[in-house]
Amino acid sequence: MFYRSHVLVCTGSNCNIKGCQGITEALRRELTRLSLEQEVRLVETGCLGLCEHGPALVVYPEGVMYVRLTAADVAEVAEEHLLKGRLVPRLLQPTATVDSGYSLNMSPFFSKQKRIVLKNCGLINPDSIEDYVHADGYIALATTLDTKTPTDVIDVIKKSGLRGRGGAGFPAGRKWEFTRWATGSPKYLICNADEGEPGTFKDRLILEGDPHLILEGMIIAAYAIGATKGIIYIRGEYDLSIRRMEHAIAEARKLGLLGQNILGSELEFDVEVCAGAGAYVCGEETALIESIEGNRGEPRFKPPYPAQQGLWGKPTCVNNVETLANIPAILQHGAEWYQQIGTANSPGTKVFTLTGNIINSGLIEVPMGITLREVIYEIGGGIPEGRSFKMAQTGGTSGGCLAEEHLDIPMDYDSLAGHGSSLGSGALLVMDDSHCIIDLTKCFLKFFVHESCGQCTPCREGTPALYSIIDKLSRGLATESDMRLLKRLSRTMQSSSLCALGQTAPVPVLSALVHFNEEVEAHFKGDCPTCKCHTARGGRQSAN
Amino acid sequence: MTQSMLIQRFIGEPGGLLKALHALQNSNTNNFLSPQDLELVSGAFGVPLAKVWGVATFYSLYSTIPRGRYIIRVCESAPCHVVGAHNILTALAKNLNICTGETTADGKFTLEVTSCLGICGVAPAIMINDTVHGNLTPESLASVLALYN
Repeated sequence: MFYRSHVLVCTGSNCNIKGCQGITEALRRELTRLSLEQEVRLVETGCLGLCEHGPALVVYPEGVMYVRLTAADVAEVAEEHLLKGRLVPRLLQPTATVDSGYSLNMSPFFSKQKRIVLKNCGLINPDSIEDYVHADGYIALATTLDTKTPTDVIDVIKKSGLRGRGGAGFPAGRKWEFTRWATGSPKYLICNADEGEPGTFKDRLILEGDPHLILEGMIIAAYAIGATKGIIYIRGEYDLSIRRMEHAIAEARKLGLLGQNILGSELEFDVEVCAGAGAYVCGEETALIESIEGNRGEPRFKPPYPAQQGLWGKPTCVNNVETLANIPAILQHGAEWYQQIGTANSPGTKVFTLTGNIINSGLIEVPMGITLREVIYEIGGGIPEGRSFKMAQTGGTSGGCLAEEHLDIPMDYDSLAGHGSSLGSGALLVMDDSHCIIDLTKCFLKFFVHESCGQCTPCREGTPALYSIIDKLSRGLATESDMRLLKRLSRTMQSSSLCALGQTAPVPVLSALVHFNEEVEAHFKGDCPTCKCHTARGGRQSAN
Repeated sequence: MTQSMLIQRFIGEPGGLLKALHALQNSNTNNFLSPQDLELVSGAFGVPLAKVWGVATFYSLYSTIPRGRYIIRVCESAPCHVVGAHNILTALAKNLNICTGETTADGKFTLEVTSCLGICGVAPAIMINDTVHGNLTPESLASVLALYN
């Protein structure tokens, strides 16, 4: 059937909370009332990205986005735009105006993005495999099975330079190669969707917005490494992700995309969803494997690496959701195409989640190497309430805080690591000048104290010890020897903790000491410049 | 359905222990795993009670103490912290007249703090059982709690 208009309503988690169900129902009622059901198609899609301004919808082919909607607004949009063809200026997205351009693609929030992973997010109905296939879905899989051997696939991924998007940035092709050549059977492929890094919600929205993309990436990966069994480990709190993924798996099975003889080939592969039970450390691949096996999620000693001895002692490859989501596009367009995007050492794009004091908080995908300034001011719309930028934490709570002088460094694995931070999971927490570095560092450390699994001593004992020194500092009670201990303890934890949790817990502390030394000194002298801390000299003035 | 029937289908399933604990906790009106539940799992799976206890106390979604009908989880990670999570927690504690970790006298609400819920687009956020509520202010909490009356 031909429709003259498509209305895409975001049904991602953020908009869900803001009441998008009411919007969809209201729109459906209005389309019936105005007898437009045969002309206008309503599509419930995944995240559109502008989470701060939800609930939102887009009308195509014009590409007009309406934001912060109520059920009453929907009636106006239906009547004015869909029936009479007139814009509703007061509901347009923040940077759009009737005169200067109202199309989605003209707004800096969208025009500066490069969408590979999110290409279908907010455009297709995630619960419809037909929608995914219409958007060129499963083409990469079909041509790969037809024209490439597993080693060819690994070569393409190695050549593309794709690095793991879960945080560590390990070359994906090499990880696949290790598993491919490991001895043991069966082999397992695990999609790590135990997203727990504070400020990160990209995997959730990718799973909710385009579950088949992950499945396609997984099937190709399984073909490359020789895995017959796949597990998607999704954190227990991600109710909607679990439901959409299970639905997608059932649809794919029905069409012969999972199971035996996939697309008529020799390939056999099936996938199941495993729900987590709430532990940040399970994002670490060996802890995740322990959790799937029904144990406490405590990381294992490495080596042996999962590629040799992973789930149930068999060769296992663990890839992040976003890594797998890049696979179909790389195979479809080639390694050279992918390498041209981003920087030499970090090719491709990165999905970021913008949070904190930023106007357009939400979900974006940009080429690697874009500057923090472009992300915060052009895409993010800047700092709200007329305040000024103070710092940004990249890579989540295990990343460092960057100051104003770092706004122009390129966002990629190596540049950020060179400035004591990390690209990590793609969380970007922006803070204005009302915030105190010590108060925040305390908040970061409280997280690690809670999430340390307690298995290894440096992390179990180190995280509360770091917290107690920062707590003393926040009260203006820290001594010279405390400050020395803070640095020594940080180094010990970085070098001797068993897993990345303990190794990275001191990162925000060290970055505070380097980039915000003046403010740290002030606290040492008993003064909190932003009046957030109960220091010796001044009480807390602000309520938060 | 008895407790042992509830977990029957997970016995023998690789990694089924976590699923059995989920099932038992969900069926308990006080939202927790009782010592009897843990002993049942230990016997049914043929693993030491210490191991079952270890797993049950490792993950934050499980509780070994009785809780209310509605579990309120307040996110206190950095993205919620910078937009006022502390005020939300204080207001909730005052409103319900309990401290973190406690349950109201009528057995209705339990107040917990949690690490990031991955819903930072609507920070500050809380979860009440499976439902997330976001963009909260201390003033808007009363209307959220009223949904559970």
